[in-house]
Amino acid sequence: MPRPGRAALTRLSRHRLLGSPGAVAGLVWLAALVIASLTAPLWLPFKTEDQDFTAVLSGPTAAHWLGTDELGRDILSRIFAAAAGTLGTSMITVIVGVGLGTILAMLAAGAGERTETAISRVTEVMMSLPGTVIILAVIGAVGTNIPLVMAILGILMSAGIYRVILGQAKSLQSQLYVDAAKVDGLGPLGISVRHVLPGLANTVVVQAALIFAVGMLIQAGLAFIGFGPPIPQPSWGGMIQGASQHVYDAPWMMVPTGAVLALTVLSANAIGNALGKAPNAAAPHLPSAADRRQRAKAVAAIAAAARDAEETGDAGTDAGAKGTLSVRNLSVGVDNAGTGTGVQLVTGVSFDVEPGTVLGLVGESGCGKTMTALSLLGLLPSGVSATGGQILWNGRNLAATPDKDMQSVRGREIALISQEPMRALDPMFTVGYQLTATIRRLRGMGRSEARAEAHSLLEKVGIVDAGRILKTYPHQISGGMAQRVAVALALSGRPKLLVADEPTTALDVTVQAEILSLLRALVKDTGMSVVMVTHDLGVVADICDQVAVMYAGHVVENGRTAAILDNPRHPYTLALLAADPHANHADSMPERLATISGQVPQPKDWPAGCRFAARCQFAGSACLEPVPLLPSSAGDGLVRCVKADQLAIEGMDWLATDVPAGRLLPVSPVSSATPEPAPEQDSIVEKDLA
Amino acid sequence: MSTAVTERRDSTPSAAGTPVLDVKDLVVRYGRGRKAAAAPAAVDRVSFSIAPGETVGLVGESGSGKSTIGKAILGLQKVSDGSISYQGKDITSAGPAQRRALGGELRAVFQDPNSSLNPRNTIGTSLAEPLRLRGLSPAEARAKAEDMLERVGLPREAVDRYPSQFSGGQRQRISVARALICDPKLVVCDEAVSALDLSTQAQVLNLLADLRDERGLSYLFIAHDIAVVQFLAQRVVVLYRGQVMETGPAAAVTENPRHPFTQALVAASPVPRPAEQAARREARESLGVRTGAAAVPGPGGCPFRLRCPLATDLCATERPALRRVGTADVACHYA
Repeated sequence: MPRPGRAALTRLSRHRLLGSPGAVAGLVWLAALVIASLTAPLWLPFKTEDQDFTAVLSGPTAAHWLGTDELGRDILSRIFAAAAGTLGTSMITVIVGVGLGTILAMLAAGAGERTETAISRVTEVMMSLPGTVIILAVIGAVGTNIPLVMAILGILMSAGIYRVILGQAKSLQSQLYVDAAKVDGLGPLGISVRHVLPGLANTVVVQAALIFAVGMLIQAGLAFIGFGPPIPQPSWGGMIQGASQHVYDAPWMMVPTGAVLALTVLSANAIGNALGKAPNAAAPHLPSAADRRQRAKAVAAIAAAARDAEETGDAGTDAGAKGTLSVRNLSVGVDNAGTGTGVQLVTGVSFDVEPGTVLGLVGESGCGKTMTALSLLGLLPSGVSATGGQILWNGRNLAATPDKDMQSVRGREIALISQEPMRALDPMFTVGYQLTATIRRLRGMGRSEARAEAHSLLEKVGIVDAGRILKTYPHQISGGMAQRVAVALALSGRPKLLVADEPTTALDVTVQAEILSLLRALVKDTGMSVVMVTHDLGVVADICDQVAVMYAGHVVENGRTAAILDNPRHPYTLALLAADPHANHADSMPERLATISGQVPQPKDWPAGCRFAARCQFAGSACLEPVPLLPSSAGDGLVRCVKADQLAIEGMDWLATDVPAGRLLPVSPVSSATPEPAPEQDSIVEKDLA
Repeated sequence: MSTAVTERRDSTPSAAGTPVLDVKDLVVRYGRGRKAAAAPAAVDRVSFSIAPGETVGLVGESGSGKSTIGKAILGLQKVSDGSISYQGKDITSAGPAQRRALGGELRAVFQDPNSSLNPRNTIGTSLAEPLRLRGLSPAEARAKAEDMLERVGLPREAVDRYPSQFSGGQRQRISVARALICDPKLVVCDEAVSALDLSTQAQVLNLLADLRDERGLSYLFIAHDIAVVQFLAQRVVVLYRGQVMETGPAAAVTENPRHPFTQALVAASPVPRPAEQAARREARESLGVRTGAAAVPGPGGCPFRLRCPLATDLCATERPALRRVGTADVACHYA
């Protein structure tokens, strides 16, 4: 059964091995060494014990390619004759050490706490034993039995391998698919073999390669101090030892054996390194210098474009009133170093947030809400940047502001609360320390003053025993309390705009309700505005004044919350509401919920026409053309659908049954009330799509 | 408590005959030793039963013990006290062999679609695993896996692909397929849709409802979202800190909750209609339920008393038993 897993693994390893020149060279060397050594009797010019007294301690000659030793024995012959034994006995260490370590780790991870403790204690004792002394004692007791010595070395090393593998085995054991297998009735052995071992294989192979190199070195070391194979028999360590006695009169003798040993150890390490490299190394935490240059260039380009626009006087003249955030035609894309523009993730997004109001950005995952929100703070992930449009805030275009200058905006004017409150808090410091340090940095207060301010901030976010919470560490408080602290932290620079990225998604509903009440009170008391990113239409109904529904990187419908939720015009908004079980009462709960067939398309697959058309129950051929945002017939909002008015007039609902997309409407352009041409802000979208 | 249980069973018309699942006075404690024994139990004397074809929803906040109950039923968590029986057979401490002997009748769908399928195995291997354990040949298992994939709306060719080639919603359908592939009687769904987007959540909920109607399945549907439970469940059990607060018909519990905690839970769940939501918010704020942030009650009494607007001295000393109020059973002295 584990065959597919093993196949996948070898495919991966092979790929990684071949990708590394060092590893390829290592593999070739080891293979050559093994083959040459096993076939040695067939091709070696001399026997290992043949003595040629005409050429003692000679350098390389035609007869002796690598020279001879003090008894005139051929070094080449001796090296290759010794190779198989050396590599073979090193494999004993690998098999015993890695095998025992892996088995112990799987046993400990699978069998529960008590067994794990017992095994861990034993391995700790093993690790504290002096290995060299034990090996010398064994040699003293039973003589130089190399396989036995190498096996004991393996046992001693298994403790370290157990340590390395245990953590990974435990995390594999806690995976849900292991739980699923247990529900199937698969026993502990079956789980270890089928689900844990394949996951460990990579680590095991890497450890084996490293232990192989170590085993070889230790074996050579033992031979060097005289505990190698009995004297006439060649061994690498013994040959080095012999060479060391003639290091002044025949220095060459050291070179061939030393080089072969070093190359072999290097080969094993290179293979281990190549196997150990993670297939998808995590993105670096900080942007690289190239990324930073790239981003600076993008910012400069936007700034230049904005300047040009200002000169021709067609943008940014009315916007930028004090405290109002105006986003105009914002595009966010993946940086593409070579060809200029990469994939666009957000296109042509425009919205305004007045002081003291809450704007909701709502949609499913993959629709660009978080990218839009993060761009307001200049906190887009590495490799992604604003590629066009403006973010006007207090007379500045934040999309064209260099990162250095954004630091005076972040925290002081615009603050962020994220989905996971614990990410905002450093586990190493108390809540009080973090709050005070932030207040001092952002507001330039003294220590005691900042302390008092921290206390009052915590009271402001509804924490009753602020004094106690200030002294606690983040892990000592609950999720709801941590989110309150994160809000306090965000408020510490007295921001005028708060960007809240799914701030209540990870919380229980009762706590969510409390945090939403807190935010509502803060908006009312301080006149702060909020951009709230959420996928929950109930949260939108609760707190947002305005809402922008996003789909596949652009806004499909926006306007006042009451207008959008009570009178949705865009089919996507209709569908979301019909799919939401919260939109129904218990007594009127439908037999089936409405669904949207298919998935949100990937940014690279966005069609030129309506991006929702492929999933839309109402789509027709008119939807193949790019659709601009048009004034909605409900309220003062905008909607990006050519059929919005027709749907509203005919009172069509998103059907709950699974209907193929494009089920009805005859393909006809909207005849009644031909809307105004697209507002100018959509020109970029259309250009992108063309 | 036992009287409450029998009362409730009498009240459920579909519960004639042996229940599919019967949980009696279940207690689960984490850890060992004196300290663990003194700490409040993660699950504290919980009883409920599931009739054939019935869906019971288990709701509560994080830390209420709802997932622990699911794990105990599936044999993934050691039970400290009480009993769990499946179709009259005691499975409280059944080992792998006994679980295999259940013949795949008791299955599970877990929350995280990313980790509930082994990323190193093809979909076919994952789906075939429970069948192979019951002795089906590889060819039979593969054919059944293809049929099941088709039933959950995925192409038959999906058997040869890996989980990473599917979206979250598709993976959750594969998990449903895996749970249903050996024709179970009871499926434990532990937050099976909470990691999904609205439209995919609706797809999986519809699928679960269809399969239930097709095959007469019973579900234990564990969720924190009361509206999701309302869609699928006929009966609801509301938990708080490991204890049953209220249990009864889904419509009664969610539309007309009697226990102060259930009232708070229902009122806090926002609806996407702004005017109605504003009214609900006012109603919630007037309930007078205190924040749960710092309220860790001592042992004994009602676990909700520190947040409850109705609490008196009696609530600190005596744990309220489940008693019939209207059509539901409520564990409150004053409901």
